Amino acid sequence: MSELVSLSLPEKTFILHGIDVNFRNDGRSRLDCRPIELQTKIMDQVNGSAKLKIDDTEILVGVKVEEDTPDENSPSEGKLEFFVDCSANANPIFEGKGGDELATEISDALSLAYKDVFDLTELCILPSKKCWKLYVDVLILACGGNLFDAVAAAVKAALYSTEIPQVKDAAVDGVEADIFVSDDIFNSVKLDVKNAPLLISLCKIGDNYVVDPTPEEEVCSSATVVVAVMPNGRTSGGLKTGYGSLMVETWRKAIQIAKKVGVQLNNEIMKALEEEEKLGPNRALFGFL
Amino acid sequence: MEQRNGNPVLQKVAFVRGDGRSPSEIRHISARLGVFGQADGSAYLQQGLTKVLATVYGPHQPRGKSAGNMLKAVKGIVNCQYSTAVFSFGAGVRKKRPRGDRKSQEREQQLRHAMEAIINLELFAKSQIDIFIEVLQVDGSEFCVAVNAATLALIDAGIPIKDYAIACSITVADDVTEKDEEGAQDGGSLIDANWVEECSPGFTLSIVSLPKVVDETQTQSSLILAHGAGRRLHLSRLEALRQRALDACKDIRDILDAVVRNHLHTHAAIQSVEK
Repeated sequence: MSELVSLSLPEKTFILHGIDVNFRNDGRSRLDCRPIELQTKIMDQVNGSAKLKIDDTEILVGVKVEEDTPDENSPSEGKLEFFVDCSANANPIFEGKGGDELATEISDALSLAYKDVFDLTELCILPSKKCWKLYVDVLILACGGNLFDAVAAAVKAALYSTEIPQVKDAAVDGVEADIFVSDDIFNSVKLDVKNAPLLISLCKIGDNYVVDPTPEEEVCSSATVVVAVMPNGRTSGGLKTGYGSLMVETWRKAIQIAKKVGVQLNNEIMKALEEEEKLGPNRALFGFL
Repeated sequence: MEQRNGNPVLQKVAFVRGDGRSPSEIRHISARLGVFGQADGSAYLQQGLTKVLATVYGPHQPRGKSAGNMLKAVKGIVNCQYSTAVFSFGAGVRKKRPRGDRKSQEREQQLRHAMEAIINLELFAKSQIDIFIEVLQVDGSEFCVAVNAATLALIDAGIPIKDYAIACSITVADDVTEKDEEGAQDGGSLIDANWVEECSPGFTLSIVSLPKVVDETQTQSSLILAHGAGRRLHLSRLEALRQRALDACKDIRDILDAVVRNHLHTHAAIQSVEK
């Protein structure tokens, strides 16, 4: 990952020593997360949306639904596609194609996490004729560390708020299939996200792992383990970023920690999302204002 | 009926647009300065359903392709990027790429020209100012909103400007054109068009102006950029359109000026409390 801040050696040593005694720069212990601000359904022209803010990190996710034809190999499954865009708003080095590398890294991690875990059969309308294709578009507006976790949490929230139009009638006329969508925009199906995983990145600093790293902490670390954790505590994927290498035992330890943190974070996010939904359509919208 | 024809207010109300506005009414504007902590300046602007984020980085040492620009020795360089979120369009349309297409590049250039006109670039020799636009939701006149947002972001970054660069669009719809051909002064034009009005066959003129310069110097020509799109327009109608768009620009300026002043008041209050 591109380094967004530069620290001198004494500054790095200070952070490292702090983490050794389980006391980080901002007062957190190693496995504490920063507060998360989350809001869903903030845009009018998409099927689902969410805005997430952790300290300086700001993520906007829009989900659009389109009609498509299923793949021949999986005729009864819909499609799910992730696209990540690192806006130059976050950092001038992302200008032009500068953010593409990081964007691909994140969207690959998302695809890996959701592969074979997310139930795509609910997106099927007519097997091998028609299905829904979900475009999950992530826009990174500001970077304050911990992009993987923030993006995955925002994606889950956006998918939770996604409403797919209700299909009234579907008919096959020769080769072509026609579907008729309900005219009432409130007549829609909610997406099931009870299996949707979250990404938990663990930053290895010294001999310890740190959860939800700040940009300063990310610079101090030689390797970061990213684990996709499902709500039931199972892991659906894992990858390592950074130049450092890890012992097998350390990997195992990382997965154990990620499981614990992931289940907890999942519960918190689902609780918050359900609470927000209870506020109903007349809740106050803040967005960026 | 006669009385109604004689009353100028009622005459104007007689024609109501799809979203309930009168022809010369702008959309509801809300804005916020200093949205992001990391950037040197940032602003969020919402005109109707069109939502735009603008950030400013700099002035800093030129880098990238502008590092080789010979002009930098005498005056500063403005670098713009105009990008549109892939999910920003309505009606089930998804954009393929956020930036780099012809339209975005054209707008980048126009935005740069507009910003070069209001910044005292002689003060920033050997440096570069980055302006990044991110369109979050499109509902017509998005380039105009982007220019206004960029102005606010420049103010937030503390970069001295000569005047607000304010943009506004004016649309002449075809069916209205025929109706009002009989010497109507405003020619049935619509200020600050939304997506539906912009898409209807007709002519859209987007102007960028310096409203304060118009007021203070009594000059008639204060346009720094004009951009027409759509069908042909008779030259004789241009002056009336320009004048009407200029009036709308003044209204927008007043609103944005109030936002800036309000922001500075709150900011100063917070700082004095912290002291």
